[in-house]
Amino acid sequence: MVEALTIVLAMGVTRGWRAALTGAVAATVALAAIIAALGPALTVIPIEVLRLVVGALLLVFGLQWLRKAILRASGWRALRDEDSVFARETAAAQTAAHEERAGLDWYGFTVSFKGVLLEGLEVAFIVLTFGSTQGSIPLAAAGAAAAIVLVVAAGVVVRGPLSRVPENTLAFAVGVMLTTFGTFWGAEGAGVSWPGDDASLPGVLAFVALVSLVFVSGLRRRRPVLA
Amino acid sequence: MRRFAQFWWDFIVGDDWRVAAGIAVAFGLTALLATTSVPAWWLLPLAVAAVLWLSLRRVAR
Repeated sequence: MVEALTIVLAMGVTRGWRAALTGAVAATVALAAIIAALGPALTVIPIEVLRLVVGALLLVFGLQWLRKAILRASGWRALRDEDSVFARETAAAQTAAHEERAGLDWYGFTVSFKGVLLEGLEVAFIVLTFGSTQGSIPLAAAGAAAAIVLVVAAGVVVRGPLSRVPENTLAFAVGVMLTTFGTFWGAEGAGVSWPGDDASLPGVLAFVALVSLVFVSGLRRRRPVLA
Repeated sequence: MRRFAQFWWDFIVGDDWRVAAGIAVAFGLTALLATTSVPAWWLLPLAVAAVLWLSLRRVAR
């Protein structure tokens, strides 16, 4: 969401707020429509099958996040720099040709729309997977909406990209959570009985977090020189 | 259609397809073990740790 905010801000500053905000709102509506369309369909799938499929998807998706966050935390991959992304997007927007469609600056609209849609798909995916396995997609969607409001409010207050947000720490935490829930639900879907049922979830969380921190430490010792 | 499939592949699987393949194998083994009298809960977390480390080590060579 921080990445999407950076893109919308860059478009708003350079191409005008009308096109940038219209693009962001249109993408948010599209994401809400995706959740509204897929949510009820997922609730008719038997819970065991749902847990296996959702768990496997969450696990593979979460390991992507965790892998990137570990590589960044250990210095094997450069940290994302919102200021430089903002500068790059702004420079590109300043040189792009002006084309007006439907009364909007088309470049500002489409870049803003794509940025919010692509970044928001990750959020929609998490809302659908967590919401469907826990039986409350509206509650999961409300949580995501609260996070969006928080990020937008922070952007309005700061009036710039959220470069001081510890983005990799957040990505690391999200990666650990997705991997934990993916492992837990996926194993249940595969027929596993966890010792103590749901009580073992904190244990899985602690294991994933600990292993990840050990990997960061191990990779730091062989760290290359990165800016 | 190809671009659509590519998008979802990148979105779900990402940089290292071996992670997804390793997790698929781990799920299969877990499901098999779960049909026996041996507890199967420990297998997937260990497999996740192993798959992640192998993927990270490939980058850190």
